[in-house]
Amino acid sequence: MNAASRPIKLACRNVWKVYGRRPAYYFDSRGYVIDPDALAERLRAEAHLPAVVDASFEVATGEIFVIMGLSGSGKSTLVRCLSRLVEPSAGEILLDGRNLLAANGKELIELRRHAMGMVFQNFGLLPHLSVLDNVAFPLKIQGKPVKEREARAREMVALVGLEGREASFPHQLSGGQQQRVGIARSLAVGPELWFLDEPFSALDPLIRKQMQDEFLRLQRMLKKTIIFITHDIAEAFRLADRLAIMRAGKIVQIGRPADIVLNPADDYVAQFTEDMPLLRVITAGDIATPANGAALPERSIAADTSLEALIPQLASGVGAFTVPGAGGSAPAVLSAGAVLAVLERERARRTSE
Amino acid sequence: MTAPAAIARSPRRPAIGPALLPWCGLGVLTMLCLLLKTELPWLVNFPKEWTLPLASYIDAMTDVVVAVIQPGFRALSALLEAPMRGARLALAWLPWPAVMLAVAALALKSSGERLAIFALATLAYILLAGYWPQSMNTLALVLLAVPISTVLGFLLGVLGYARPRLRPVLNGALDLMQTVPAFAYLIPLLLLFGFGPVVGLIASAIYATPPMVRNTMLGLDRVPAAISEAGLMSGCTRRQQFWQVEVPTALPQLLVGFNQTTMAALSMVIVAAIIGGFEDIGWEVLSSMRKAEFGQSILSGLVIALLAILIDRLTIGFAKPPETGPTRAMRWMTPRRLVLSLAVALAFAIAIRFAALDATFLPQTALRTEMGGVNQWLLGIVRDYAWFFDGVRNAVLYCLLLPMRVGISGAATPAIWGFALSPTATAVYVVLVLALAWLAMRRFGWRGASAMLAAGVILYTGFLGLPWPVFILAVALLAGQVADYRLGLFALAGFALILVNGLWPQLVQSLYLCTLAVLLCLLIGGMLGVWAAHSDRVSHILKPICDALQTMPQFVFLIPALMFFKVGEFTALIAIMLYAIVPPIRYVEHGLRHVRADVVEAVEQMGATPLQTLLQAKLPLALPVVMLGLNQTIMAALSMLAIAALVGTRDLGQAVYVALGKADAGMGLIAGLSIAFLAILADRLIQAAVARSAAASN
Repeated sequence: MNAASRPIKLACRNVWKVYGRRPAYYFDSRGYVIDPDALAERLRAEAHLPAVVDASFEVATGEIFVIMGLSGSGKSTLVRCLSRLVEPSAGEILLDGRNLLAANGKELIELRRHAMGMVFQNFGLLPHLSVLDNVAFPLKIQGKPVKEREARAREMVALVGLEGREASFPHQLSGGQQQRVGIARSLAVGPELWFLDEPFSALDPLIRKQMQDEFLRLQRMLKKTIIFITHDIAEAFRLADRLAIMRAGKIVQIGRPADIVLNPADDYVAQFTEDMPLLRVITAGDIATPANGAALPERSIAADTSLEALIPQLASGVGAFTVPGAGGSAPAVLSAGAVLAVLERERARRTSE
Repeated sequence: MTAPAAIARSPRRPAIGPALLPWCGLGVLTMLCLLLKTELPWLVNFPKEWTLPLASYIDAMTDVVVAVIQPGFRALSALLEAPMRGARLALAWLPWPAVMLAVAALALKSSGERLAIFALATLAYILLAGYWPQSMNTLALVLLAVPISTVLGFLLGVLGYARPRLRPVLNGALDLMQTVPAFAYLIPLLLLFGFGPVVGLIASAIYATPPMVRNTMLGLDRVPAAISEAGLMSGCTRRQQFWQVEVPTALPQLLVGFNQTTMAALSMVIVAAIIGGFEDIGWEVLSSMRKAEFGQSILSGLVIALLAILIDRLTIGFAKPPETGPTRAMRWMTPRRLVLSLAVALAFAIAIRFAALDATFLPQTALRTEMGGVNQWLLGIVRDYAWFFDGVRNAVLYCLLLPMRVGISGAATPAIWGFALSPTATAVYVVLVLALAWLAMRRFGWRGASAMLAAGVILYTGFLGLPWPVFILAVALLAGQVADYRLGLFALAGFALILVNGLWPQLVQSLYLCTLAVLLCLLIGGMLGVWAAHSDRVSHILKPICDALQTMPQFVFLIPALMFFKVGEFTALIAIMLYAIVPPIRYVEHGLRHVRADVVEAVEQMGATPLQTLLQAKLPLALPVVMLGLNQTIMAALSMLAIAALVGTRDLGQAVYVALGKADAGMGLIAGLSIAFLAILADRLIQAAVARSAAASN
């Protein structure tokens, strides 16, 4: 689970997107240290709209990075900056260490054809193409022969569980099925970087849950690097390895789900996350302490077990667990006391309202 | 339109804003003009000496220009002549069984077996009525005009989509192309291209292009962001993005454009028959109408009507598949089977032609040649029931048309109404108008009162008796207040142009004819629309009638009107109304049926009677939609003006028609532009009013 040990796939440094009459005017001064809040304030005062304010983060290979915020917080604009569907006003985006913003039209098309896939909130399926042709569309654009692209598309359709619907047209499918097609299409070229822009927001709650499970299943198989946009906090905490919370164009906090519920950066984040049950968000790995050579308890649990799942065992009298370290690092120990401390904190949070 | 806004602002004490002041001034001016009318007759009749011979300037200029550029256009004309002759010969060569087979296969693919049966019936009727060759000639022109318009319209639409800066220019040009009556640009076309069917073809292509341009822009604009982003993220190049993502997604809208373009081309091809030289179905209608052969004109008019409905359903079927999914017959007719059927039809045609080279296979005796008795019978009916038709005509003429034209003051003479207006009667009238204005003031504020006073004045003086300075200033003021000063200036300039060209009397005639037609259409159509909104059965009955009326080429409406009411203004009124009544029915019904259900429920829950619900909740809420209908009605009425000139009017349409007869390009253009000016002014005014009320209600 240690993200730091893996190579950085995508880095986003001080990215701005400003809408208005002449946004470029504000970013001429190279070398200055800009105070982002002051600049954003000035932009607003001068009839510009700073949609993304000084966004910086890094996403490691194979990580699910969730960007969460309410509507209008700039998260969709940010992900479009990352794929250059929207041209950032300032900043730097590095994909595998190469500056994405320096890519010219041709290079960008090549990158989109091979390195990136994207899923859209409203599916973006082509109404005149069948399921199979929609999934094969990116390959067709690349000029792949019919046989090859159909074989690949069939594979993808099977992957998302739509066998038998290949000949259907988008308007004949339910929302959930349409989004499965969208997912299959975005994966058809085998991209390493996968953008999902509120992929499940247009779906019914029950279907949404199913699709999230499906998404996690796919990710366990495929191990893509994922930028996932959502406004649904439960979804964000459920899927994220790390998540960024945006507000008015600015990223207010980045961290693992447990970091964010345990140490919210400000009142806004605290308020935002107050309904997330700590016991479900926090995992054994989050609060286990290094054993430092002491004897290891005999009961062992996986690092990503939620605390909630430990309660029955605690109730049956187990005092401590061993949490094996990932990738050969030293095992850690989780004591019943640490779990109870979280429980106490949750109670305090509830009663203080 | 401004009325609800006024209610919303203050029901009791109407705000007397600065907007009222100019109207008061205008009122004073009106009184002055009316009083001075006898001393200064130029206030009402714009003197001939003041007109500028702009039309003859234009004529002089066109003479010079045409002489220079004519050879180029004549060459183009010769160039188009070849494919036209080809298409004509090809269609004449095709034996009718092959045509029937091909059309039935297409109909089956487009909308299923019912349309296929309709297609067969239509073609059989054309055959039996004896209009097969003429219909094929018309189709040949349509088949040539449609590809030209479609390709040109698509290219222009793409240009407008890719270069939004060109939009205003493009939209202005489209407005002109659609509102200038086609008769008006037939004249310069005749001068340039010479006499012959090529002019009809080119006029049709011009007239039929705008719908394709508009639908192309609409369709491309409406490609959902997610779809175009998905295309970009798949790594599309610009060209791939356009041809493989945007165009296919916009295709249904493009097909709607194709449908409208085809219908426009058909309508225009038939109207263009007026210049003759081509033995097509429009010419048949026209010549039989001129010869007062009502039987033949009904037969041939029916051919046009059926052909129009068939072509419309055929093309719209490809654009909009039925909501319940394709029927079994449509699924059976796969693209491969369609191609196969067409190939079979062609092979069949070739086989027939080889077997019998010159046989036409057309029935020897057609209905049209057997119409002598029917003509007698129809004439007999018209003669026998002349008391009825004349009664209707005279009633409307003396009670509506005349008072509108010359006013109560002009109509109330012993010669017309049998009595003269005594001073007491005049006083009673004034008091009545003032009382109504006061009521309008309490209900709708000063705007309502002003409208009521204006109506009172117009009814008294008549459109013809209205002093022109008052009229022009009033319209310009209205335009300036409802929209902005630019529309006001536009109105001033337009009316000034008409005035100095000496077309003021024709303009007034047009205005009063259109006003009356629009009012009657709103009244009758509105009531039908209300009825249809509340009764599914009425709606079911009206829908196909409206569909048929709307697909019909304008020409057809002249036939019944002319048959029963002979030549005259009243006949023109009937023809205009037949064409313009569909929008009010449609829009009122649509508006009432789509009023927000929660609001209606809330009003009903409060215990409102059905009439109260209709008048106080549904109609006000449906008003924006009804206004759109009003806009369409005015456009339809104005576009029918030029056609209605054929049955004898004294309006701008007649000026265009006369100019066409004399090949007077200058007068034709100016009169045509005047009609276009009226249409564009009315359109902008209503749009501004709708926008204002929308802004006021938000």
